Amino acid sequence: MSENTTPSNNSFLNDAGNRALIFQILLLAMVVFAGYYLFSNLQANLDNRGISTGFSFFNEPAGFPILIHLIEYTEANTYGRAFVVALINTFVISLLGIVLATIIGVIMGLARLSKNWLVARLATVYIETLRNIPLLLQMFFWYFAVLAALPAPRESYEFADFLLNKRGIYSPNPITQDGFGLVIFGFILSIVASIALIIWAKKRQTKTGLWFPAYWSSLGVIVGITFIFLAMAGFPIEFDLPQKSRFNVTGGMVLPPEFVAVLVALSTYTGAFIAEIVRAGILSVNWGQTEAARSLGLRDNMTQRLIVLPQALRVIIPPLTSQYLNLAKNSSLGAAIAYPELVAVVMGTTLNQTGQAIETIGLCMLVYGSLSLSISVFMNWYNSKMSLIER
Amino acid sequence: MAIIFKPSPSLPPPVTSVGAVAWVRQNLFSSPLNIFLTFFSIYILYLLVPPVIEWAFINATWEGSSKAACTAGGACWAFVGVYFDQFMYGLYPEAETWRINLAVILLVVMVGAFAVKTINKLYLSIAIIVVYPIVAYFLFAGGVFGLEVVETSLWGGLFLTVLLGVIGIVASFPLGVILALGRRSEMPIAKSVCVVFIETIRAVPLITILFMASVMIPLFLPEGLNFNKLLRVLIGITLFSAAYMAEVVRGGLQAIPKGQYEAADAMGLTYWQSMVLVILPQALKLVIPGIVNSFIALFKDTTLVYIVGMFDFLGRIQAANHDSNWLGTTVEGYAFAALIYWAICFGMSRYSMSIERKLETGHKRN
Repeated sequence: MSENTTPSNNSFLNDAGNRALIFQILLLAMVVFAGYYLFSNLQANLDNRGISTGFSFFNEPAGFPILIHLIEYTEANTYGRAFVVALINTFVISLLGIVLATIIGVIMGLARLSKNWLVARLATVYIETLRNIPLLLQMFFWYFAVLAALPAPRESYEFADFLLNKRGIYSPNPITQDGFGLVIFGFILSIVASIALIIWAKKRQTKTGLWFPAYWSSLGVIVGITFIFLAMAGFPIEFDLPQKSRFNVTGGMVLPPEFVAVLVALSTYTGAFIAEIVRAGILSVNWGQTEAARSLGLRDNMTQRLIVLPQALRVIIPPLTSQYLNLAKNSSLGAAIAYPELVAVVMGTTLNQTGQAIETIGLCMLVYGSLSLSISVFMNWYNSKMSLIER
Repeated sequence: MAIIFKPSPSLPPPVTSVGAVAWVRQNLFSSPLNIFLTFFSIYILYLLVPPVIEWAFINATWEGSSKAACTAGGACWAFVGVYFDQFMYGLYPEAETWRINLAVILLVVMVGAFAVKTINKLYLSIAIIVVYPIVAYFLFAGGVFGLEVVETSLWGGLFLTVLLGVIGIVASFPLGVILALGRRSEMPIAKSVCVVFIETIRAVPLITILFMASVMIPLFLPEGLNFNKLLRVLIGITLFSAAYMAEVVRGGLQAIPKGQYEAADAMGLTYWQSMVLVILPQALKLVIPGIVNSFIALFKDTTLVYIVGMFDFLGRIQAANHDSNWLGTTVEGYAFAALIYWAICFGMSRYSMSIERKLETGHKRN
């Protein structure tokens, strides 16, 4: 009787666990080796070119101007300060872009679902056009074709105290006078009062079922109380109005064309994507829910707000998060039309002047990485708050 | 005498509930708000459509050799006509552009051959994926069979855009599938390598990747070894797109019921057999819309190579806008670019819908 044994090496390699182990050891070795190889090349290259590593260049004067800066900045300031200025510019454009894109997206998404045939068609055209044209092209269009074609400062368009010309949008600049602290105090007071009102209304509704329009009335409370305190302090705000002069506009606050172009392009482009997300979310809510709400006697706007929207939001929020992330990352395209955001200032000018490729590119990636991470952490928190709690 | 009840013929429905009148009443004037919205929309159309038609067609100038020829006050399409070759081929030598055209015709013929029933689909696929790229490369770059060498720095225009898009798509697809499988794998090291790669790439904008490709890759390579810029940018685009592709494919893998994996195991299939024969075909079919979406996104994103100094389609248009003979034709250039990009992207999305319908195998709930 012959022994029926399988060769030992065969059985060892046929074991799934052993193979996984060997594969992973090989993979790890490859990653480590590749990392070592690239790093040693890097060291040799940096030595050869005489580039020192480290962030010491951050303390040296930058020597280049930045067109748009929300904090004090001149050419004599350091690279470190230039980085902070660029960081703020990136944050501002992302935040404003997210707010505007959300508004546009919700309006367009609802419009595409409208019972009005014409409105639905127009929204469809808007969405399908903007979604299928590259964002960079749209940015160029707004900057080089629309804003650059506006008249010179002398022939600015005027609306109330606003001026519009090729140097940007000029608006009155509010300057606070003595006694403005009282107004701020009043504003805080009004917010506290309206929060109390909302809590009271909710309590009363759970107890008695009586409904009180808490949100509209708290808006009234905020406006009213703030106005009373404004009047009490004797209106301590003056407006510095923009004035046309021969070649330029003096006074006022200005939104430069670079800023306007990036903001408009980002928000209309992302808005088209958000519109589709909103539409899909609303369509995902079963029609039976609407019918049930109607049979309970809810009015149409109550049905939308209390029944449809909360359920639609569950479908909307995850993809909406990725659109917000996209918008924040796409703000980097502002570099192409000289909006001084992170990529333009740090990976563009700073990299060119100092040659510190590793530090500048690494820093930018780190900033975008943490920006993406914090947006997704916040949206995930909101998502878990809104998601269906199954019992 | 019996009275026989004779029903009179039914009346036609009232005009207000059928036909055009009813349609208008229902869809445009059903409520005060709707009436307002209808008039508002008509007003917007009135503001936009007639001036655009007048500008683009009625007052347009179609021929001429400088801006001075455009006197009609409308669009100056002569600009696009003069620059057309540059927009399409970049600075590729004019005498050699037939090589690009030939490659395009070849591709169209090969893809079109899929419709012919008698041709072996497997051989055809191999020809397109393996043989065609080699042929196309030598056609574009030259250097063999007496073809003149054309430096990649001269490649540009829509040709470069399509090249970047197609190579990015083709190369990132298998890489993305492998990354997705790695992320779903039970091997901790393989899994974490994939997760780190995917999440890092997805957290940063494409521009930073392109900057890295064009500035940092040379620093990481040994002295003397250097790739040309086009190749570096292609590596960047492929890695970027692969990370997104991986997440799309992962979604498909997650949607496959566990029973399918178990069934494949029960059949005694190895890991790769069960993936290639059972899981992936189902998963990929599920995520066709997502895959096409990332293709479209990638195609639009190729415009960013302009920022690292390459002149793709948009880049050539931007360059032509600075021609002093044609000052003030910016809008025409952008309109032309928008039209081309729109047609390609919209076409892709419609095509994906038709594939979806074709591959529908009836798992949908009714």
